[in-house]
Amino acid sequence: MPSSLALDGGGDDWHLRIAGDWSARALAEVQIRLGDLPPSLAGTLTCDWSAAESPGIGPAWALLMRLEAIGGGRVRIQHVSPPRHVVFLEALRDRARTGIPADDAGPNGALARLGRWVLSRGDEAREFASFVGRIVAVLVRAVRRPRSWRLPSLTRHVHETGVTAIPIVCLIAFLISVIVAYLGSQQLRLFGAEIFVVDLIAIAVLREMGVLLTAIIVAGRSGSAFAAEIGAMQLNEEIDALRAMGMDPVELLVVPRILALTIALPLLTVIADATGLLGGGLLAHYQAHISWPQFADRLRAAIAPTTFWAGLIKAPVFAVLIAVVGTYRGMRVRESPRELGRQTTIAVVQSIFFVILADALFAVLFVRLGF
Amino acid sequence: MNATSPIIDLREVRYTVGGRVIFDGLDMQILPGQVTAVMGPSGTGKTTLLRLITGQATADAGSIDVGGVAVVGASRSQVYALRQRMGMLFQNGALLTDISVFENVAFPLREHTRLPERLIRQLVLTKLQAVGLRGAAGLMPAELSGGMARRVALARAIVMDPQILLYDEPFVGLDPISMGVILRLIRRFNDALGLTSIVVSHDVHEITAVADRVFLLSGGRVVAQGTPQELHDSPSDIVKQFVGGLADGPVPFHYPAPDYFEELLARDGGRFA
Repeated sequence: MPSSLALDGGGDDWHLRIAGDWSARALAEVQIRLGDLPPSLAGTLTCDWSAAESPGIGPAWALLMRLEAIGGGRVRIQHVSPPRHVVFLEALRDRARTGIPADDAGPNGALARLGRWVLSRGDEAREFASFVGRIVAVLVRAVRRPRSWRLPSLTRHVHETGVTAIPIVCLIAFLISVIVAYLGSQQLRLFGAEIFVVDLIAIAVLREMGVLLTAIIVAGRSGSAFAAEIGAMQLNEEIDALRAMGMDPVELLVVPRILALTIALPLLTVIADATGLLGGGLLAHYQAHISWPQFADRLRAAIAPTTFWAGLIKAPVFAVLIAVVGTYRGMRVRESPRELGRQTTIAVVQSIFFVILADALFAVLFVRLGF
Repeated sequence: MNATSPIIDLREVRYTVGGRVIFDGLDMQILPGQVTAVMGPSGTGKTTLLRLITGQATADAGSIDVGGVAVVGASRSQVYALRQRMGMLFQNGALLTDISVFENVAFPLREHTRLPERLIRQLVLTKLQAVGLRGAAGLMPAELSGGMARRVALARAIVMDPQILLYDEPFVGLDPISMGVILRLIRRFNDALGLTSIVVSHDVHEITAVADRVFLLSGGRVVAQGTPQELHDSPSDIVKQFVGGLADGPVPFHYPAPDYFEELLARDGGRFA
C-alpha cells in the first residue's frame, strides 16, 4: 500500500494519520507527501502511527524535521502508537535541547601541554639513567668475573661493526678529503700558498673529519642495527625468555655491543685518517703539484704531537654514545612492529645528534686546554 | 614440605600498572605435582601473573611464595637463582633467532653450568628426543613451523631440570595435530619429571583435557577454582559465560563508554575531537 498522510482538524487541534508503506524504500514518496502539508501550523498535533507499515527511521526523521519546520515551536506534538525510531529520535532531540555538559579531559592549554611534555621527558631521563646504571653495574661485575666478558659475542660484534664497515669508511674519508683539499688548494692558490693545503688536510682530517665521519657512518650502520636487532628480540619475546632463564639481557646483549664498538670505532678512525691523508695527498700531488717528499716534510711540520690524539681520543667516547643510544632504543621497543621502526629511526637521529654535540664540547675543551 | 602444602602461594596480591589495577586481593595456591590451568578473559592479566611468579614484575602488595622463597622483596640474585628452578614456555617459543636449535637448547646449560661439552651434547639430544625433534637439531629457528618452534622451546625450558614449568598460551595458533602433541607433552613431562606445571590459556576444551585444577581469573581476582568437572558444573554466571563462550554476561559485551545518546549528540566531535 502506498504511503499516505491525512491531516484533518482545525484551530489548535490537528490530527495527522500516517498510513501505508513508511519503510526506507518509500522515502522518495514520503517526501512528496510531506510537501503537501500546510506551510504553517499551531496548537496540538496528534500523530497516529497505528496504520503505518514497517516505518523506517529515515521517513520518520523526515516527518519530524518537516513538522519542526512548519510548527516552529508553536505546535505540541503527541504520538499515538509510535514506532521505536520515533521514540528514539524524540529522545535525542530532547537531549539536544537540554544541552550536554562539555567533556572535561583536563586542561589543554599551551602551559598544560608544556607541563605534560616536561613530565614525559623527566620519565624518559630517569629510565635512561637507570639503563646506564645497569650497564655500569654489569661492567663492575665483569671486572671481577672474567667469564662475563663474553668473548665470542664481543668478537662477532667487532667484526660486524668494525671489519665490515672498512670499505665504506675508506671510501667516504677518501672522497671528503679530496673535496676539502680541492677547495682549499683553489683558495690558497690565490695567495701563492698552495703548499699549505697539506696543513689544511692534515689538521682537518686528523683532528675532526676522520673521527666525525667515521662516527656518523657507524651511527647510521651500527646504531640502527643495534636498535633493530634488540628490538626484534623484544618483539619475539626473546628478551623475556632470557630473563625467564635467569640471564641478564644487559650483560648478554647490551654490554658486548658497547665494548665491541668502543674497540672498533678507534680502529676505524685510524683507517679513516690514513685514507683521508692519502686522498688529500693525491690531490695535492696532481692538482697542486706538490711532490711526495715535499708533502711528507710539510706534513711533519704541520702536525703537533697532539693533533693525531686530539682526534683519536674522541673515538671511544663517540662509540659509547652510539652504542648506548642504539641498545637503549632497542630495549624500549614494546609490542608493535611499528614501534621497532620508530625506535630505530630515533636511535640514528639521536646518536648522530649526541656525537656532534660531544664533538662541539671537545672543541671547546681542547681550546681551553690549548690541546 | 609435605605433598599437600602449596609450592606456589600467592596471598592478597595487588598489582597496578600506570594507575590501572590488574590484580587486587589475588589469592592462589598451587599444589606440587599437578597441572594447574589459569584461565580468564583476555586482558585479565594471566601473562602478568606468570611475570609476578618469575619475579619479572613486582607486586605492589601481598606475598608471593615460590618453593619456599618470598619473591616480593627478594634480592636480584635470589630472583635469578629462583628462575633457574623454573622453566618457561613463551607464546611463540621465543627461540634465539641467530643460533641453531641445538644451541638454543644448550644455551641455558652453557650459561649456568660448566659441564663438559660431551655431557651438554648428551643432555641436549635427550631433551630434543623427548619432544621428538632430535632430527631437527641442526636447523635454524626460522626453518621451524610454529608447533616445532614451541616444542624446541619446551626442550629448552626443561633442559635445566626445573621444578616448575610455566606455559604462556601454549596452544595459540596451532593446528589440531600440534595442539595434541603439546597437550600430551605437558601431561607427560609433568608426570615423568615430577614437575609442577602452570598453563595459562583460554582454550577451555584443551585445558579441561589436561589440567588437574583450574583457576578462573576475572576482575583482578580468582572468581572460581576447582577441577575441570567442578568448573563445568558450576552455577556461577561468570564461569558459565566463560566455559560456554557467551557474548554478554558478567564480562560485558560493551567496553565502558559514556552514555550512548550523549556520545551521538556530542557537539564538535566530543571526546574524539
